[in-house]
Amino acid sequence: MSDRTVYRPSSEVEAAAIIGDAASMEVALRLEGGGTKSSAGRPVSAETVLSSSGMSGISLYEPSELVVRALSGTPVEEVRALLARHGQELPFEPPSFEGLYGGRSGSTIGALAAMNLSGPRRISSGAARDCLLGVRFVNGRGEIVKTGGRVMKNVTGLDLVKLVAGSWGTLGFITEVTFKVLPCPKATATVRLEGLSDREGVDVLTSAMGSPYDVSAAAHVPSSSRGTSETLIRVEGSAASVEARAERLRKVVAGFGGSSVVDTDASMSIWTSIRELGPLNLRPDDVVWRISLPPDRAVEVIEAANVGNQTGARWFYDWSGGLLWLALPMRPDANSGPIRSAVDTVGGHATLIKAPEDLRRRIPVFHPLSGPVMTITNNLKKAFDPSNILNPFKMYDRI
Amino acid sequence: MVIKIPNPDETIVDRRPDILRDIGVLLPKDSLIHTKEELKAYETDALTAYRRVPLAVALPTTTEEVSAVLAYCNRNGVKVVPRGAGTSLAGGAIPQEDAIVIGLSKMSRMLAVNYRNRTALVQAGITNLSISDAVGPNGFFYAPDPSSQLACSIGGNIGMNSGGAHCLKYGVTTNNLLGVRMVLIDGTILDIGGEHLDAAGYDLLGLVCGSEGQLGIVTEATVRIVRAAEQAQAALMGFDSAEAAGAAVAEIIAAGIIPVALEYMDRTAIQISEEYAKAGYPLDVEAMLIVEVEGTKEENDATLREIIDSASKHGPRSIRVARNSSERNAIWKGRKATFGATGRISDYICMDGTIPTTQLPFVLRRTSEIISSYGLRVANVFHAGDGNLHPLILFNINEPGEMEKAEAAGEELLKLCVEVGGCLTGEHGVGIEKRDLMRFQYSATDLNQQMRARAAFDPDWLLNPAKVFPLTDRITA
Repeated sequence: MSDRTVYRPSSEVEAAAIIGDAASMEVALRLEGGGTKSSAGRPVSAETVLSSSGMSGISLYEPSELVVRALSGTPVEEVRALLARHGQELPFEPPSFEGLYGGRSGSTIGALAAMNLSGPRRISSGAARDCLLGVRFVNGRGEIVKTGGRVMKNVTGLDLVKLVAGSWGTLGFITEVTFKVLPCPKATATVRLEGLSDREGVDVLTSAMGSPYDVSAAAHVPSSSRGTSETLIRVEGSAASVEARAERLRKVVAGFGGSSVVDTDASMSIWTSIRELGPLNLRPDDVVWRISLPPDRAVEVIEAANVGNQTGARWFYDWSGGLLWLALPMRPDANSGPIRSAVDTVGGHATLIKAPEDLRRRIPVFHPLSGPVMTITNNLKKAFDPSNILNPFKMYDRI
Repeated sequence: MVIKIPNPDETIVDRRPDILRDIGVLLPKDSLIHTKEELKAYETDALTAYRRVPLAVALPTTTEEVSAVLAYCNRNGVKVVPRGAGTSLAGGAIPQEDAIVIGLSKMSRMLAVNYRNRTALVQAGITNLSISDAVGPNGFFYAPDPSSQLACSIGGNIGMNSGGAHCLKYGVTTNNLLGVRMVLIDGTILDIGGEHLDAAGYDLLGLVCGSEGQLGIVTEATVRIVRAAEQAQAALMGFDSAEAAGAAVAEIIAAGIIPVALEYMDRTAIQISEEYAKAGYPLDVEAMLIVEVEGTKEENDATLREIIDSASKHGPRSIRVARNSSERNAIWKGRKATFGATGRISDYICMDGTIPTTQLPFVLRRTSEIISSYGLRVANVFHAGDGNLHPLILFNINEPGEMEKAEAAGEELLKLCVEVGGCLTGEHGVGIEKRDLMRFQYSATDLNQQMRARAAFDPDWLLNPAKVFPLTDRITA
């Protein structure tokens, strides 16, 4: 095992052998799927790459059971296409982030699990981790571990599925994932209001989410040089139902001003754009924050972090205000002090989701954890990867 | 098969007077239960065949008191069994003689509701239903609805990752939990998550949910509340065979319809329930589906029509749509009363395996074969939409050997669930009941990884130690 090698195991057993060897020689591994988001997270201190790209294929798909299982290196696009042929989809509307990370396609299904990537429908259908039914992975000892399964209700033992989801490859090399799927909505429509302030916009979103009309996505895009602000509320379902609910929603938000209804194709392209961060109008030298917040405090963070006055700052709110996306022109500290302190005040966490490598080395990419949570996090890392060879430093110091 | 509870550590039992005195100091008056008579109420949970009297029961009133008691137990090597409302069907709250029970019944307040964020902050001892009762007047509810929701606590629901009849649409506890405050065995108070989605760092919330009181004691929780649809409608569909009902379930889901609930009851369950609850269930069918949809009236009419069209391909004998909310409530009352009604006429154990729904017809047939081979009877009532089975195995505890037979039959059923690609427990938890079957579902490596994760929180196995993992080959820190 030498440095600067790329391993592409074609089976789980082979992957386990590679990791077992690496553990005994204490060679750190950088885990990779399609390599489309390798600049996300902290720079990993490892020259050797372990790629899932040799492990590809959909191993189980039962449309009537709403379940799909694939090897971790399977391109998301391949899974999406198969599901679409049967009128189904991944419920959590995963983003590709091709625009965010420089336009490469080919992201893998394993990465969706490892990064817990969820799009606008997260507020109604749950996150990737909520739809992830089972995972197989190789831990840092080189052992093959199975957790969860293919059924929707399963409380047998500790739920390591959730733990591995969103651990960014620091706990295990995911070899296979099983996701719950859902039928694609037959129709969709978006209720759109224009010209509202951030505060009014988020008020509209939370009112809509508190209505009985089963809103599946809710976003507010502030005004910018590209145009006036847009407040967007999506309903999905059968055609008759979508039409009826959109009309009722217009009444719910009528106090905030007039609204229009955008249907089917136009509605879908609105949400593709939201999912892929279109409203940020990203430039190559932007740094980007992804901030999870209580919706009713989201605007406070923009105000307290004082980004509104900064030239070139752009932001929008997804998840009914609970997810704030913020792009800033490059600066030495990415404004991290004021942003993190504002987030700490309201409760939530801010991830520096895109920044140049030197900045990701200097500034914590993931929101600093409390002392007790950090202790448990360290204990868990040791429980899965005692030699600290899997994606070391990807998330925190030594993790 | 009789489930083993470890022999008590006599050195701890001998120190009982000291331990009681020391813990008594940490708690307000009347918060330490120690007399023989009073302890009787805590000797078991809903797995009543097994009983053990604990050293004492602490009923703290604050997170800080929980912390003080846990820190004391940790320093003195005293085991701790957390307890919510004691409704576990898997024996998750059954004490042991050398353990202190920490009950959350005095921490049952609703602390805050935020309708804009759709969250409620509650103490862990609050009952599941009282959350919905508190936010109901504003049109909201808390979605997971186990049959025991009148009694069971949120803390217990988090411990077991409880489900219910409506999780086909709304998910189980883990999908509705945003934050917890919990106390570790060494007394450390840990806050995870809050009113925002997807807590920072590793998904500790996901790990804690369903950990059966082995990682710490949850004292507060932030849960998601949901705005109720304008109305709900329910319908009953009776079938001449289990196969036809099972095929109708697959047909409905394959048609792209996800009802809010899709429940199955067989002839025995229908009869038992009907005799008690008088919900108007059809008595001339072999199997019945309860289906519920939510939305606007027009929407519900349309969806129910689609569901009935799909089901009709499998020749239902009867179809009845509830005409109003009182008929709908009656349908649910019958379903939720089934366990209790069964308990009135017979002793029973309730299984909880989950299977891939495509395996329903096969598993139902094998279930009757297995139960018959033991000379017992079974009532099947379960969540058909997600394949979570609840065969109630009926037996007579006064008949020597019958309980052992029922347990053996149950074990065969659970192994069947695993064999067809499912799992041992869908929503009740492992507890002591399924502990010794864990090796059937998991390899040694799988279990070792779980135990190492467990040891990251409780290295000396003091928290609820007799549960979940087989008693041998345990891994400590």
